[in-house]
Amino acid sequence: MKRILLGAGLGVAAALAFAAPAQAAKTLVYCSEGSPENFNPMVNTTGTSFDVGLPVYNNLVQFERGGTKVIPGLAESWTVSDDGLVYTFKLRKGVKWHSNNDFKPTREFNADDILWSFNRQWKKDHPFHKVSGGAYDYFNDMAMPDLLKSIEKVDDLTVKFTLNKVEAPFIANLAMPFAIIQSAEYADFLQKKNQIDRIDQAPIGTGPFQFVAYQKDAVIRYKAFEQYWGGRQPLDNLVFAITPDAAVRYAKLKAGECHVVPYPNPADLEAMKKDPNITMMEQEGLNVGYLAFNVGKKPFDDVRVRRALNMAIDKKAIVDAVYQGSGVPAKNPIPPTMWSYNNNIEDYPFDQERAKKLLAEAGYPNGFETDLWAMPVQRPYNPNAKRMAEMMQADLAKVGIKAKVVQYEWGEYRKRLQAGEHQMGMLGWTGDNGDPDNFLHVLLGCEAARVGGSNIAKWCNKEYDDLVLQAKRTTDIAARTKLYEQAQVIFKEEAPWFTIGHSIQHMALSKNVVDYKMDPFGVHRFHGVDLKQ
Amino acid sequence: MLRFILTRVSLVIPTFLGVTFLTFLLIRLVPGDPIEVRVGERGIPPERLEQLRRELGLDLPLWQQFLDYIGGVLTGDLGLSLVTRNPVISEFFTLFPATIELAVAAMLFATLVGLPAGIIAAVKRGSIFDHGVMGISLTGYSMPIFWWGLLLILFFSVGLGWTPVSGRLDLLHYVEPVTGFMLIDTLLAGEYEAFWSALHHLVLPMIVLGTVPLAVVARMTRSAMLEVLGEDYIRTAKAKGLASKRVIGLHALRNALIPVVTVIGLQVGTLLGGAILTETIFSWPGVGKWLIESINRRDYPALQGGVLLIATTVMAVNLLVDVLYGVLNPRIRHSR
Repeated sequence: MKRILLGAGLGVAAALAFAAPAQAAKTLVYCSEGSPENFNPMVNTTGTSFDVGLPVYNNLVQFERGGTKVIPGLAESWTVSDDGLVYTFKLRKGVKWHSNNDFKPTREFNADDILWSFNRQWKKDHPFHKVSGGAYDYFNDMAMPDLLKSIEKVDDLTVKFTLNKVEAPFIANLAMPFAIIQSAEYADFLQKKNQIDRIDQAPIGTGPFQFVAYQKDAVIRYKAFEQYWGGRQPLDNLVFAITPDAAVRYAKLKAGECHVVPYPNPADLEAMKKDPNITMMEQEGLNVGYLAFNVGKKPFDDVRVRRALNMAIDKKAIVDAVYQGSGVPAKNPIPPTMWSYNNNIEDYPFDQERAKKLLAEAGYPNGFETDLWAMPVQRPYNPNAKRMAEMMQADLAKVGIKAKVVQYEWGEYRKRLQAGEHQMGMLGWTGDNGDPDNFLHVLLGCEAARVGGSNIAKWCNKEYDDLVLQAKRTTDIAARTKLYEQAQVIFKEEAPWFTIGHSIQHMALSKNVVDYKMDPFGVHRFHGVDLKQ
Repeated sequence: MLRFILTRVSLVIPTFLGVTFLTFLLIRLVPGDPIEVRVGERGIPPERLEQLRRELGLDLPLWQQFLDYIGGVLTGDLGLSLVTRNPVISEFFTLFPATIELAVAAMLFATLVGLPAGIIAAVKRGSIFDHGVMGISLTGYSMPIFWWGLLLILFFSVGLGWTPVSGRLDLLHYVEPVTGFMLIDTLLAGEYEAFWSALHHLVLPMIVLGTVPLAVVARMTRSAMLEVLGEDYIRTAKAKGLASKRVIGLHALRNALIPVVTVIGLQVGTLLGGAILTETIFSWPGVGKWLIESINRRDYPALQGGVLLIATTVMAVNLLVDVLYGVLNPRIRHSR
């Protein structure tokens, strides 16, 4: 009996000894929604995977916390040549690399790391190009291989990027998760040990948090990096507790097992808002859901028909019913949080009488038959396309238009839309780099109107296209804003889309989380966050 | 006996081949391509799609892919996951212990509670206890796992705070995995606090996963016992003046166990199926959750390998049960 008591006593003592420093250390628990593929945002495309790489790494430039403004990162400053083709970056001095049990860095961050990181994605013969699958989707999607002419090291702390053509959003691209900087020295070390795969599994970065450990489907651990160039973080530890079910995440938040919870169930929002121990945050996502009219097909080649449809559908009713409080009606193709959003534009009113008149003018007094494509899956900008299609169908029937809902498997769906097989089709977009070009040119420019391009209205308007192309070639933000505002006016008049809505993202936090900022790109960042004890 | 075992083992081979073929085919019948599924709204240029398909070996004719796969399987190579590019085998065996731990705990729970409950219900046939056990087990059997899990979480974890909501170990603890079985690893590391925490985390998922087998075991035990209790040799034993404990515990139970053992063996399949849901609710890092994700990502090699390894496990357990059945019931092994 004595021995048992002694054992128990030791156990309690050990627990106390462990608990004491643990209580002093600030550990923030984020109940993340899934396991990452690896820890390298270069090779991933999902928010879940970006989230786990962001604490570890830095980019040359970065987005301001909670915003889309680009600020210095590993580059202290940069200059652009007069012709807009050469970007020279002055790198930050004294930036330290993380270390782990195997690897201890012997040098600070320098230009070699920049070259190494971009070449890994760019050059097919780079020794690390094939690591982790080697599909650098974002690097390719942002057209970096076409854009980059050369990257040169001027000296240890100066790098020069030369482009093939002028591209104003280039700087914003460099702040995207795919453009993180890895350590060339760590890569050499792993290559010598014949463990190159480790680079994306046991990451070494310059970021605010150091990677500690990962247990698949269970937990990811980080600790504050003492020598972080941006200052040591207020948190001591950052833990991702992987919790795939939204109802369970909510339960864990209530039980105090996590501090920050993403993607709450819409059905739980009301209760969460009422809970005095929970802070709810919301933000309009950097996205848009829309219905595109294929102007290459009758009757949508007629602008009057497109305008008529814009007036025939009750947008507010659809947004209320389908987004259930997690969306706002859209009038422009870019979200309201994005710079150059033209708030002076007035949306078409919901007026079925006027719609009928316009249809009659266009030669369709009795309406017509059309298809109406709806996504088979939930997307960030559209929680339920099928339901939306049914509501649109009902509205359109009232002006004499018979719409047939068409659905395909997701990959097939997108491919056929891009090929232009539809008459009307729903789709949407989530912003990559916070630049209006990423919506206005990528989704509506003439170049993208080709078969297989992402302009699924297949709409090519010379006047509009000139404006967005000019904006692409202008580096001055004020001048670009004017051009984009004008482009939005043409867009509304020409009505290639029925703009549906922008979804709102929600986050639930426990009351003691301080200074968490929601990210407009929908990723989750924890630098600068604190916990009240 | 040896011949009996050999016959049973030889029957496993066609099942094994069938499972390999079916999983290979079925996942490919699901619409959606592993690469297309990954790209978002932007899509992927055709030439890049071709290049990626070639790199992943998806451009080969189906029969060739299948032959390559079978060749790999026979040499113990289940391929690389299309998503993480890690060997499927190593991913599976990192996660499998968690599933086994949960399944074994659930089975123990089901047997330790179900067997006595069934026996008592049979002995006290028609009593309130009997009706209670049967009623509860019917309810348990019909309970949707997801709902049941959430209900228990809300009551015990959120309401009473007795158990943690989800996970396998408190975040305060960190135990380097050795065997992958948390209860064993924590003990090996000498961290008794962590062991206690792991045990705590196991309780709710164990109950949730064990509920259906518990209901089955209780009902099966009851009906088997009832049948046996009506036999002549039981009357004889009673007439000899044996204590009723001995009659029930020795004579009746041993004979009643035969069908019960079979049923328990068959529950292994149910358990692994239920584990998928249970693991999702309780964020339990086992193979169930991993398989679901593999389906969503159309990760062919991971899914094929995972299903194959689980099927092999189920077959092995069923084989073991058959053999055990033979041990318990001499008539079986002598008739072959």
